[in-house]
Amino acid sequence: MAERVLEVEDLCVEIPIPSGMLRPVQHVSFHVGQGETLAIVGESGCGKSLTSLAIMDLLPSKAKRRAERLVLDGDALTGMTERQMADIRGNQMSMIFQEPMTSLNPAYTIGNQLTEAMLRHKSVSLAEAKDRAVWLLEKVGITAARSRLGQYPHQLSGGLRQRVMIAMALMCGPDMIIADEPTTALDVTIQAQILHLLAELQDEFHMGMILITHDLGVVARVADRVAVMYAGQFVETGTAAQIFDSPTHPYTQGLLECIPIPGKTERGAHLGSIPGIVPSLVGEIRGCHFAGRCPYVHEACTAEDVSLRPSLDAGHEYRCVLSPQAAIANRNKQAAQ
Amino acid sequence: MLQYVLKRLGIAILVAVTVSMITFSMIYLSGDPAIALAGETATQEDIQNIRRVYGYDQPIVVQYANWLWNALQGDFGQSHYLKKPVADVIFERLPTTMLLGACALIFALVLSIPLGVVAAVRPNSLIDRIALTIAVVGQAMPSFWFALTMMLWLGIYWRLLPISGTASWANFVMPSIALGYYITPAVMRLTRAGMLEVLSSDYIRTARAKGLRPMTVLFKHALRNAIIPVVSLAAVQFGFMLGGSIVIETIFAVNGLGFLAWESIQRADLPMMQAIVLVLSFFYIILTFLADMLNAWLDPRIRVM
Repeated sequence: MAERVLEVEDLCVEIPIPSGMLRPVQHVSFHVGQGETLAIVGESGCGKSLTSLAIMDLLPSKAKRRAERLVLDGDALTGMTERQMADIRGNQMSMIFQEPMTSLNPAYTIGNQLTEAMLRHKSVSLAEAKDRAVWLLEKVGITAARSRLGQYPHQLSGGLRQRVMIAMALMCGPDMIIADEPTTALDVTIQAQILHLLAELQDEFHMGMILITHDLGVVARVADRVAVMYAGQFVETGTAAQIFDSPTHPYTQGLLECIPIPGKTERGAHLGSIPGIVPSLVGEIRGCHFAGRCPYVHEACTAEDVSLRPSLDAGHEYRCVLSPQAAIANRNKQAAQ
Repeated sequence: MLQYVLKRLGIAILVAVTVSMITFSMIYLSGDPAIALAGETATQEDIQNIRRVYGYDQPIVVQYANWLWNALQGDFGQSHYLKKPVADVIFERLPTTMLLGACALIFALVLSIPLGVVAAVRPNSLIDRIALTIAVVGQAMPSFWFALTMMLWLGIYWRLLPISGTASWANFVMPSIALGYYITPAVMRLTRAGMLEVLSSDYIRTARAKGLRPMTVLFKHALRNAIIPVVSLAAVQFGFMLGGSIVIETIFAVNGLGFLAWESIQRADLPMMQAIVLVLSFFYIILTFLADMLNAWLDPRIRVM
């Protein structure tokens, strides 16, 4: 097991709103090792982006973060002042955002925006920072890198801008990188390129990575471990193989039903969908959060809160009252129909 | 960039020509200028004489061409009332108005931009409320009343500042505040709105995610983008302050262009009015052009195609 770069235990985010307390992230725990990719998967609004913003301490000012443990490279992030946190952001831990079109400042050149984090965090000269920027731009596959430094964001395409964002996140050689849906806003043809690039760079620089996405295809390609998130909670965690081969939680099973498999799903065949909507996260929810949409719901589901528990294999956990055998049997029955 | 500058310059010249035509035709808007000049008791012969002397008998295109040609050479004709060259009178008064306008603009920007920024950084806080109050009061309060109140307290009760004339810098304090305060609310509200929008944008989140210092995020990344509409507004308002300071100039007996315009209207001094309108319009055009250039410098999307 590689050394742990990031450890998160019992992370909660709470946002007071007029109708009560919104709890978009509830008791989330995970860890990421050196060179390891953890994918957090879930539908819109399940709390995956807020989880990443909470780690970076970039939540909107109204939102409150609580965590039992939040440790990066052995240093506790909880209780750090804004100043100390700013020293870490973009330096030891950086983030790539979903929207490359709007995530770069239109008023400054690429070179300016690439070098500023390095000039802020490391004691380097402007020339050194520029050299590093050029080197990284070449790494992320941008041609004529030195001349790009003088260009403005509006002169670049979305794919190029996302490459610039990736280079920017790597400027200070972070140990941990959080990619929040890095390919969602891009063309399908570009998506694969960007993902390959991220995986390659992560390997090369031996960083821990959290990849946040709602695209299971993406996950299958690059993730070492997967956490499936639903309504503010992790409902299933395990290695990519465990999640894809023997999904135990009914929600994970439902998600996988929704993807067509080339060669296996017949043309015109009905793709799965999960009926119903995500429950409101205002106030406390009793029992399983997925109970309202689960095809196997029964009384025990809403009687008391369900905690994550081990599935059949080591390191595979799920949050359901059904035994793993029963859950997997349900899935096989569904598949046989 | 050069292409952009030339394009803007071309537009500015077109606007200037249009404005000069409108300004010239102003004299015919209130009827036959010769009759108006000659007065009620004039005979037909007097009117004919005036027509010939002032060139009103020539075709209007010729009159316009002559007038424009002379104006371009700095000759705006003789003032009917003062019997002096119009250009001399205007250039005597212009520096005072420019100085007053510049002081007022600086006062307004120095007050309103920081206030707008702070209000946007802490929306709905006490300081935001205070800024809003200043804006509402500023918008609601007639400038003449504000000027007189200030004069009463600062000038007469407390005797801190002189109340009229242009003898020293102290004379300009109250008129500048009175004139500048008038545009403060608009600039402040626009700065606040711009900053609020920019601060919630994705690139500000990126800047914060890089661990940049709060001041760098606020001033380097946010303000530069938020200030762009403010530049355009400030340019127009500055033009307005040059021409629209009649009330303030009258109250504080500042012998500027606004005061002159008011006098000339009363005296039906047509060449003088024409020249003032033309000069002020040109200032507007120049200011708008400069604002466009400043914005192009601030925003590469305008500058780099």
